[in-house]
Amino acid sequence: MKINGNDVTLDAEPRTLLVNFIRENAGLTGTHWGCDTSNCGTCVVLIDGKPVKSCTQLAAMAGGHEVTTVEGLATADGLDSVQEGFIQCHGLQCGFCTPGMMLTARALLNKNPDPTEEVIREAISGQICRCTGYATIVRSIQWAASKDRETAVSLEGANA
Amino acid sequence: MQVPAPLEYERATSVDHAIALMERLGDEARIVAGGHSLIPMMKLRLANPEYIIDINDLREELGHITITDSEVRIGALATHQELLESKELAAVLPIFADAEKVIADPVVRNRGTLGGSLCQADPSEDLSAVCDALGAQCVIRNSSGERVIEMHDFHQGPYETAVADGEMLTEVRIPRRPNSSSAYHKVERRAGDWAVASAGAAIQLADDGTILDGRVGLCAVGPNLTNVQPISDALRGQVPSEELYARVGEIAAANANPATDTRGTAAYKTHLAKELTIRSLRKAVARAQGQNV
Ligand SMILES: Cc1cc2nc3c(=O)[nH]c(=O)nc-3n(C[C@H](O)[C@H](O)[C@H](O)COP(=O)(O)OP(=O)(O)OC[C@H]3O[C@@H](n4cnc5c(N)ncnc54)[C@H](O)[C@@H]3O)c2cc1C
Ligand code: FES
Ligand code: FES
Repeated sequence: MKINGNDVTLDAEPRTLLVNFIRENAGLTGTHWGCDTSNCGTCVVLIDGKPVKSCTQLAAMAGGHEVTTVEGLATADGLDSVQEGFIQCHGLQCGFCTPGMMLTARALLNKNPDPTEEVIREAISGQICRCTGYATIVRSIQWAASKDRETAVSLEGANA
Repeated sequence: MQVPAPLEYERATSVDHAIALMERLGDEARIVAGGHSLIPMMKLRLANPEYIIDINDLREELGHITITDSEVRIGALATHQELLESKELAAVLPIFADAEKVIADPVVRNRGTLGGSLCQADPSEDLSAVCDALGAQCVIRNSSGERVIEMHDFHQGPYETAVADGEMLTEVRIPRRPNSSSAYHKVERRAGDWAVASAGAAIQLADDGTILDGRVGLCAVGPNLTNVQPISDALRGQVPSEELYARVGEIAAANANPATDTRGTAAYKTHLAKELTIRSLRKAVARAQGQNV
C-alpha cells in the first residue's frame, strides 16, 4: 500500500489489523489505538481520501490503496491548515483523539470547503474527545476552512 | 489488544471467482465487505473464519444504485454513505436517506455496505427493516445461477439468512410503485448508536386517496421482526387518518417482543414500536400525497 505517498511493502500476517500494521510494521505511531471496538475514532486514517476506523479493517484490505495518517498531513511547505487551526484554537488538550479528528476534518474540508457548524459536528460525531468538549475542535476546523478559502482566493489572484 | 484468529486472505476478482472460492473452501470461508460487523466479531473471536474473501474490488459488479421506471436496483457493495448521498434514490425512496442519517456514524458509513448489513442479520440492524417495509427482493448468486427471494424469506432467525454456503447476495431490487412513498424513524441513545427501536413505513395510495398497500418494518424490538403482516392487513383500503395510525401503532406494539437491556426496558421499546410506527406512517402518507416533509 501507499502510506503518505510512500510505497510500503512489508510482510504481515493476514490477520493483522490496519491500525497495528501502521503502528508496528510501518512504525508510524501517530495513529492512535483506543477503544478497539470501532467506537472512539482515534484510529481514523484516510483510505483513498475517506476516513476509516483502522482498528476495524485488515491491513490486507488496504493493500494497493492510498493510506494517509496524521504524519502525512504536513508537507515540506509546513503544517496543514487543519493542524494550524488546532494550534490556533486549542483544538486539543491531551491530544489522544487529535490524529483521528484532524484526518476527518481534512477529508471534510476537501469535500466541503465551507461547512456549517452542524455539518462539522456531524462529520466528527463518530469520534470521541474526553477533554475539549468539542467546541474548540469545531472552532479549529472552522479556522482551517477560512484559511483554506483565503489561500484559494489568493491563489486565484496570483493566477489572474 | 484484540486480534482475529489466524486466517488466510484472498481477494476476489469477480463475483464468479468469489463463489468459486467459497465453494472450494466451504463453511470455513467468509466474505468480507465493509468488515464493520465481521471484523469486530473476529476480534472478539465470536467469528473465527479460516479464510477471508475480500469482495471490495468488485465495485463494478456490486457497487451500483440503478433507478429505472419500474424498479430500483442496489448492489450489495453500495455503502451506507452512498445510500445517504444519492439524491436520485432519496427522490424515489426517501426512507433510505431517513435511515442512513441515523445508521452508525459517518466514518462507519464510509465502509459498511447494504449487503453486509442484510447478511449480518442483526435484529437491531436498520436496513433490514427498510428493505422489508419496501417489499424488496434479494438476489442470491451461486455457481449454478441466480435466485430471487422475497425479503421476508431472507431472514431466517437472528444472524441467519437464506444465503447458503457457496452463495452470496449480489443485489437488492425494489419495485417502484405510483403514488407511493416511505419514511423511517429511529430512537437512539446517542449519535452513532444502534437503535433502541426503529420503524419504517412504505405506503401506496389509490387514486381515491385510500391506502392501496402499506407495510411497516420494525427494528430492535424482537428477533427478526422486520415485517408485520397484520399491519398491512389493517392498512389496506383504509382512508389515512390519525385514528388509523394509532390503531396500527397498537398492532405494532402487540407484535413487538423486545428484551430489556442497556438500551431500554421492554416496556419502553414496546412504546417506541407504537410511536415510531405512527410517526413513520404519518410521514410516508404525507409524502405520498405530495407534501414535502
Ligand atoms: C460503531 C458501529 C455502529 C453501528 N451502528 C449501526 C446502526 O446504528 N444501525 C445499523 O443498522 N448498523 C450499524 N452498524 C453496522 C454497520 O451498518 C455495518 O456496516 C453492517 O452491519 C455490516 O456491513 P459490512 O459491509 O461492514 O459487512 P461485513 O462486516 O463485511 O459483513 C457482515 C456479514 O455479512 C457477510 N456478507 C457481507 N457481504 C455479503 C454478501 N454480499 N453476500 C453474502 N454475505 C455477505 C459477511 O460474511 C459477514 O458475515 C454499526 C457498526 C459499527 C462498527
Ligand atoms: S480504536 Fe478504532 S475506533 Fe477506537
Ligand atoms: S484532546 Fe484529549 S481526548 Fe481529545
